[in-house]
Amino acid sequence: MSKILATIGLSHFIENPKANFSQLGKSLLIPLIGLLVFLFIWEIGAKSVHTSLGTFPGPAAVYQQSITLIEEHQAERVKEVKFHERQELRNAKKLEKNPDATVKVRPYTGKPTFFDQILTSLITVLAGFIIASLIAIPAGILIGLNSTLYSAFNPLIQLFKPVSPLAWLPLVTMVVSAVYVSKDPMFAKSFITSLITVSLCSLWPTLLNTAVGVSSISKDLQNVSQVLRLNWLTHIIKIVLPSSIPMMFTGLRLSLGIAWMVLIAAEMLAQNPGLGKFVWDEFQNGSSNSLGRIMVAVLVIGLIGFLLDRCMLFLQRKMSWDKTAILR
Amino acid sequence: MAQPPKHLELTKVDIDFPTPNGPFKALQDINLTINKGEFVSLIGHSGCGKSTVLNIVAGLYQATSGGCLLDGKEVNSPGPERAVVFQNHSLLPWLSAYENVELAVKQVFGRSKSKAEMREWIEHNLALVHMDHAMDKRPDEISGGMKQRVGIARALAMEPTVMLMDEPFGALDALTRAHLQDSLMEIQKDLNNTVIMITHDVDEAVLLSDRIVMMTNGPAATVGEILNIDLPRPRDRIALADDPQYNHYRHEVLTFLYEKQRTPDSSPKKEEGTQKMAQDMHSDSPVKAKREEKAA
Repeated sequence: MSKILATIGLSHFIENPKANFSQLGKSLLIPLIGLLVFLFIWEIGAKSVHTSLGTFPGPAAVYQQSITLIEEHQAERVKEVKFHERQELRNAKKLEKNPDATVKVRPYTGKPTFFDQILTSLITVLAGFIIASLIAIPAGILIGLNSTLYSAFNPLIQLFKPVSPLAWLPLVTMVVSAVYVSKDPMFAKSFITSLITVSLCSLWPTLLNTAVGVSSISKDLQNVSQVLRLNWLTHIIKIVLPSSIPMMFTGLRLSLGIAWMVLIAAEMLAQNPGLGKFVWDEFQNGSSNSLGRIMVAVLVIGLIGFLLDRCMLFLQRKMSWDKTAILR
Repeated sequence: MAQPPKHLELTKVDIDFPTPNGPFKALQDINLTINKGEFVSLIGHSGCGKSTVLNIVAGLYQATSGGCLLDGKEVNSPGPERAVVFQNHSLLPWLSAYENVELAVKQVFGRSKSKAEMREWIEHNLALVHMDHAMDKRPDEISGGMKQRVGIARALAMEPTVMLMDEPFGALDALTRAHLQDSLMEIQKDLNNTVIMITHDVDEAVLLSDRIVMMTNGPAATVGEILNIDLPRPRDRIALADDPQYNHYRHEVLTFLYEKQRTPDSSPKKEEGTQKMAQDMHSDSPVKAKREEKAA
């Protein structure tokens, strides 16, 4: 429980629960009131918006749809289990008749549920973010250390930083189709496309912040390094990396936020599996429930984005040497 | 006719910093010889180039003409035999006091000392500055005076031929400063290091030094006068406060600073402008420029 409170930023209640009880009441009560007011306005507002797919879903309808999505997921899992049972039974019978018969084991090909799509999106965003970071951090260190490199690359970074994922997407799709040709691909093409688009869009904040962090190491510490005659690698490990960690994390958190936003857009537009495709499919589906289901997705996307940022904050707290800094 | 090589010798040192309006001459014709085990203070108005002299000896700056010899060898890059105690301690904030000293010790004695010997040496140096009780504290957990003690321990642990101190006690309160001055005198008595210290504080200069080098105002600052302090050691600040000889020395330094050298504030405005620009040029302006770019 205390860990959960800490991750969502309410850690100050743990230390002294009794004395802080009234404060806890205040700090929980006010957001709660905010939430209730929001729900109320939503409910009232939604009723007055009429679309071709029926009235705009209010909180109740969205709650209803989230239950339906969970049930659908469970039903799908039951189906999958049954499918495998049937397949095994069939194969066993076949082997009984003729022990030499070749049996086929087919994977279950049911429609991915809402939760499968969430998982796909999470895997894609994390893979894309990790690739982006693996490129951006070393590159940022190099650019930050060398002012010539910095001047050379800064205009390029500034040019590519504001490019929308939607502009990259067609290019990435075509290049992946042309280059990633394999009979037995390890990853789906759509996965690779999303991955590259996410990486391309999310590496800039980390790159720039790392570079600035590295280049703004205090002159004093650089002098210390010179007086001690630290070699290049020791200088990087002992001085450069620790002192640029705060800026690096600022960049990483921005990058992860962008990665998540970009991914949803990329999935929507390119029909890559994931939450974005779920939203798009529901939109195309156009049933009376669609808007409610999309609204569930919207809330889940927001919640996951928030949780991803909190995970980064947690990591930052773990790795930061400056325990006095207030991180939020 | 070959003279024995002097310990530390600055000969005809000039330094120019490039500015958009052409080179700015910060120092001109600095000549200074320092003997082994001598404690020398550099004193002068701010902006007169005291730190520049120290940085040339440290090897962090290169003289434009003239040069610096240490035991007959030319100084042209920084190195641990000329350890620096920086004004604002310059400890690595992510390392404990012990680890800060360890970084220096590993660098200097990594090959010649065993692990146990290094550990002993680090602890010995921290004990010398009375910091052995807080070895495992990080800089943000200790006071300003304690940080500066660790900074001195780090410099001492390099076993420097010359210890360079850039206003080491400038940022400390008067009581802490007095305490550290006493510690420094004790250490210097035991180790007999050569020390060059920059200071703004006339009392500090007279109390600690064997010689006080008084610098003229910049631009093109140079050595104005050199004052020998013939006070017996160990020196006691309370006894000296009433000592006519001590007060005479103070008077000499004060006269130089406030009568013979005008303060920079009263010098012509134009000069001051170029001087300031030059300081910005050689301090941390590229970093600042980058920060501004980022902010933009």
